[in-house]
Amino acid sequence: MSNLEDLYREIILDHYRNPRNRGELVTPPAHKAEGFNPLCGDEITVYLQVENGSLVDIKIAGHGCSISQSSASLMTAAVKGKPLETVQGTIDTFKQLMTVHESSLDTEVEPEPVDLRALGELAALQGVVKFPVRIKCAVLAWNTLTQGLNDLP
Amino acid sequence: MSTFLPSQVRSDIPLLRREVHERPIVYLDTAATALTPSIVIESMQRYYETYHSNVHRAVYVTAAEATEAYENARIAIGRFIGAPHPADELIFTHGTTESFNLLAKSWGLANLTSSDVVVLTEMEHHANLVPWFQLREEIGFEIRFIKVTDDFRLDLSNLDELLRGAKLLSVTGMSNVLGTINPIAELAAAAHAVGALIAIDGAQSVAHGATNVAELDIDFLAFGAHKMLGPTGIGALWVRRSILDSMPPFLGGGGMIADVSLNGFSAAAGVAKYEAGTPPIAEAIGFHAATHYLDSLCMEDIATYEQQLTASLLDQLATQFPERIRVIGPTTMEKRGGVVSFDVEGVHPHDVAQVLDQFGVCIRPGHHCAKPLMKRFSLTATARASFGPYSNESDIETLMTALDDAVRLFG
Repeated sequence: MSNLEDLYREIILDHYRNPRNRGELVTPPAHKAEGFNPLCGDEITVYLQVENGSLVDIKIAGHGCSISQSSASLMTAAVKGKPLETVQGTIDTFKQLMTVHESSLDTEVEPEPVDLRALGELAALQGVVKFPVRIKCAVLAWNTLTQGLNDLP
Repeated sequence: MSTFLPSQVRSDIPLLRREVHERPIVYLDTAATALTPSIVIESMQRYYETYHSNVHRAVYVTAAEATEAYENARIAIGRFIGAPHPADELIFTHGTTESFNLLAKSWGLANLTSSDVVVLTEMEHHANLVPWFQLREEIGFEIRFIKVTDDFRLDLSNLDELLRGAKLLSVTGMSNVLGTINPIAELAAAAHAVGALIAIDGAQSVAHGATNVAELDIDFLAFGAHKMLGPTGIGALWVRRSILDSMPPFLGGGGMIADVSLNGFSAAAGVAKYEAGTPPIAEAIGFHAATHYLDSLCMEDIATYEQQLTASLLDQLATQFPERIRVIGPTTMEKRGGVVSFDVEGVHPHDVAQVLDQFGVCIRPGHHCAKPLMKRFSLTATARASFGPYSNESDIETLMTALDDAVRLFG
């Protein structure tokens, strides 16, 4: 049985109650990307400031459930100030974490082990995969960040 | 004579014997879909096992039985809503949403021009908004909206002004978010006074109270079986007979024609004109069984009972969470049904629903397909509990315990 404590870890509740890097950046020079979860109405705006190949600043605006909000907050803490290659690596690892559930249903394929240490606090979100309908909440900010990075000139 | 006993209804619903997370299921999502009694399921099973055939035209025994069952369903469901000529006025559709699409694409396309006006309300479900927006893109008429007041009622203070020059008023009988029951007879009289027709979204209202289209003096009624203990995949659009014959067909195909040649087609007369292709036959039979079952319980008694439960829930929410939970809907029982939307301060509706699920409690978080209404109250989502004739005080008790847990968890 899935346990609520697996989902609502203290770190997640903390980031929900006290979200990091909330706010807006002036565009331009910053870029912004908007993400929507049409099923539940969650909306998120990710502001990105990229200088010399590094994500020097990131801010999050919008609203949503504890999972989408804490995931966004944890994401900003993990990627802020990092070179873009490192940011991309973190995105890939996080996405991998969120797909473990699906691939583990398929007995033919051994899921690739996710390096939880590399994820740091983000590993707190691994409980989400036990609640498949909430995965879309957890990945909203990440998909929006990816979209923002892809849209960079 | 009513035989309504909630405990009996509970025992008639197989799904209520189910456990989730090792607890008995507490189903409070009837506004999304109502649970199905055995008698409805068995009626459809009987069709598949003993007379499964396509309807119309064939002469063999089981086809005749299927045709009779399908057309009898039409008459019975028509009578259930007080249709004066049920055999000629009730069009089967795939649900309330398709009923509105039929109304817009058939009646709307034939009757509206760019200089016309359609009046809707701020509390409509997307099913009674998007088809009109789509049609407006095509022919370009004006859409006006009746506003919703701060106490969650339609603002009728400027109704005459809004209706001036209107050809249609299309409004919900009961809000699927607020629980507000709208004054349909009054709105119908106001619409007719200016020469407009009136369509009612009966998805909620038909399922939770007695409906009589003749007494209400309305022109169109859209409703769906699965909100009223019937199967998914079928609904109906009732159309006043004098209007129905002047409407062009909706979908084209088999069943809706009088004649087809390589030069073209002519449409069938009556309701058949709007029913292209093999209809949902088993579902029509199940729909009939559901209305028969509801009739045996008596819709007035169901409404009274659900209102008692609603009053109890509103009272308990106000007593236990006076500072924490805000009801998005009327807090008095006047003209109000058993749909209770609420906002838990500091806890997103998805998280509320997630915690409740651990207690086996099924409620619905989200915008409930009424985004303009959410925006009206500066919300993106609510948590919504809704009752059916099988709900009881014990369901409310578990809901309150689970809400208490959600509030504790999020602090």
